Amino acid sequence: MNRLKNLFETLKKNNDRALVGFVTAGDPNIDTSLKIISAMCENGMDILELGVPFSDPSADGPVIQRSSSRALEHNVSLKTVMEMIREIRKITSIPIIIFSYYNPIMAYGIENFQPDAIEAGADGLLVVDLPLEESPELTSVWKDTDFSLINLVAPTTPKQRMAKIASASSGFLYLVSKTGVTGSDGLDTSEIASQMSILHSVTDLPVCVGFGISTTDDVAAVASMADGVVIGSAFERLIEENIDNPELVSIIGRRTAEYKAATK
Amino acid sequence: MNPDTHFNSQMYPDADGHFGPYGGRYVAETLMPALIELEEAYKKYLPDPKFQKALNNLLKNYTGRPTPIFFAERLTNSIGGASIYLKREDLTHTGAHKINNTLGQTLLAKWMGKKKVIAETGAGQHGVATATTAALFGMECKIFMGVEDIQRQAPNVKRMELLGAEVVPVESGTGTLKDAMNEALRYWVSAIRDTFYVIGSVAGPHPYPVMVREFQKIIGEEAREQIQEITGRLPDLLVACVGGGSNAMGLFFPFLEDQAVQMIGVEAAGTGIETGKHAATLCTGSVGVLHGSKSYLLQDKNGQINEAHSISAGLDYPGVGPEHSLFRDIDRVQYVAVTDQQALDAFSALCRLEGIIPALESSHALAATMFEAKNRSKENIILVNLSGRGDKDLGIVSPLL
Repeated sequence: MNRLKNLFETLKKNNDRALVGFVTAGDPNIDTSLKIISAMCENGMDILELGVPFSDPSADGPVIQRSSSRALEHNVSLKTVMEMIREIRKITSIPIIIFSYYNPIMAYGIENFQPDAIEAGADGLLVVDLPLEESPELTSVWKDTDFSLINLVAPTTPKQRMAKIASASSGFLYLVSKTGVTGSDGLDTSEIASQMSILHSVTDLPVCVGFGISTTDDVAAVASMADGVVIGSAFERLIEENIDNPELVSIIGRRTAEYKAATK
Repeated sequence: MNPDTHFNSQMYPDADGHFGPYGGRYVAETLMPALIELEEAYKKYLPDPKFQKALNNLLKNYTGRPTPIFFAERLTNSIGGASIYLKREDLTHTGAHKINNTLGQTLLAKWMGKKKVIAETGAGQHGVATATTAALFGMECKIFMGVEDIQRQAPNVKRMELLGAEVVPVESGTGTLKDAMNEALRYWVSAIRDTFYVIGSVAGPHPYPVMVREFQKIIGEEAREQIQEITGRLPDLLVACVGGGSNAMGLFFPFLEDQAVQMIGVEAAGTGIETGKHAATLCTGSVGVLHGSKSYLLQDKNGQINEAHSISAGLDYPGVGPEHSLFRDIDRVQYVAVTDQQALDAFSALCRLEGIIPALESSHALAATMFEAKNRSKENIILVNLSGRGDKDLGIVSPLL
């Protein structure tokens, strides 16, 4: 069963777009993190991107850096993330993508990663710092072709390279909306539109757009152009602002529902 | 590889920047096209005789190259072993070998039409060198520096500011070199279209390790000729300190195929390897990916990067250049580690015996040299890279001596 493929087919039939939610696993602690993810699932999140915390997140802005630090205070490792996915899988059938830097995967073991991730219930992997040229060292040991490698395409990526990346990808492509780190302000919709039209000329894969999307207006604007909208830093900012608020979980749930309402 | 096997230094890196299993390009996709553009520019301009002429002119008349080799006679006699020669990179303009690389990279940036440069810095020597060459070429310059390093290398912060650079304090993580590099990478992603990132060591994603090696190998090329003029033969042993590893690579590279020349790279053992507070990446680390390349790292079992410790800010880094990782595996270079205290003792010795104040980084190489010299005869020749001057370290050293 390919959950990603099924999801994008169903969305297309319903003239809807995917709401992709990113949270750092174990932020602010493992229990609350599981409750937050559960609330996101109940309120319409279509795909979960679960972040593996890393000590040196050089592609992330301050919000996700701090979320990573909070999770690391609770010793959250890739092994913990696998255990969390097992728990999450009990309550939802939405696709789950592991979102990581490469070093934690190397330390976990390249050989064991894919079988363990599939056994836990994950559907794919996105590695921030593993570009096309280096990814075969990981994917050449992959046996299950239903498990997707999600690749990033950036505003700086030339068309020919986009085509190469697309042909090495499955599930969906992740278009980075702007040059910058996660959580940067401002959304340039005309830039996204021009990138989308180039992408559509080189691939049939669904395209989800992320980076700099924080308001429901942003979501609606991007949803009119893409197959999915990725929200990360905005969720993490909400967690950070309400870290001691007993209503934290329901606040995240409500925000998820607002974002989901904007994807249609 | 058996150390007797002839090492071919031109074999590495391969077309994608791999030194055996190490190196490569592990970065976010946004940076990839910029790295490819840089690689193309580097391959196009470096062999260009006009580029070489411009660079050599600056190396000679601006930097003061060639730097001399000096026989440290009183140091040699005080130990009573091998003859110790110093390659005087401390005499370059700005006081460290770092300028060889920043002149090359900033000139390349100019030829590529870039108007802004950024750099990370630990001890501040690379930051000063970048600020210097940016001023020389009239380019805008931002230097990322950890808050911990800003405090312990205050004179260099002032120097950078005088040279017109903006010093950006980095508070994330441990506030040292690795965090400065994270922040420089973050800034570069957002400013990728008009900004050149001047990396200060033989580290980072391809083509930086090979490019920095090419700009630093002048140290070894000069030294190889000079030592033969002075002594009539090649040295028996080369010694250099290793943080990221650029001064060591610069000295070692032109000697790699001289099988009889032994090489020692000296890492920082901090307060002692057994205390866990050190920066001995090659001596104690394991393989992983950090800052764009695969190499040995200080990390825990889950792949989280460990904090490095050294009295010397320039060695306080949990990674190392990928080509050094290869040299370690094939036993072409022996890597050892020297404690803060041993480096301080060597620092004092050179001050009093030779009238030269060495950088704390270089003092690590001197400490290892002094141990090695003891067990060798006077006919044995050790050439050590005195990679920088120590004026910047007076604030750290004075209370401890």
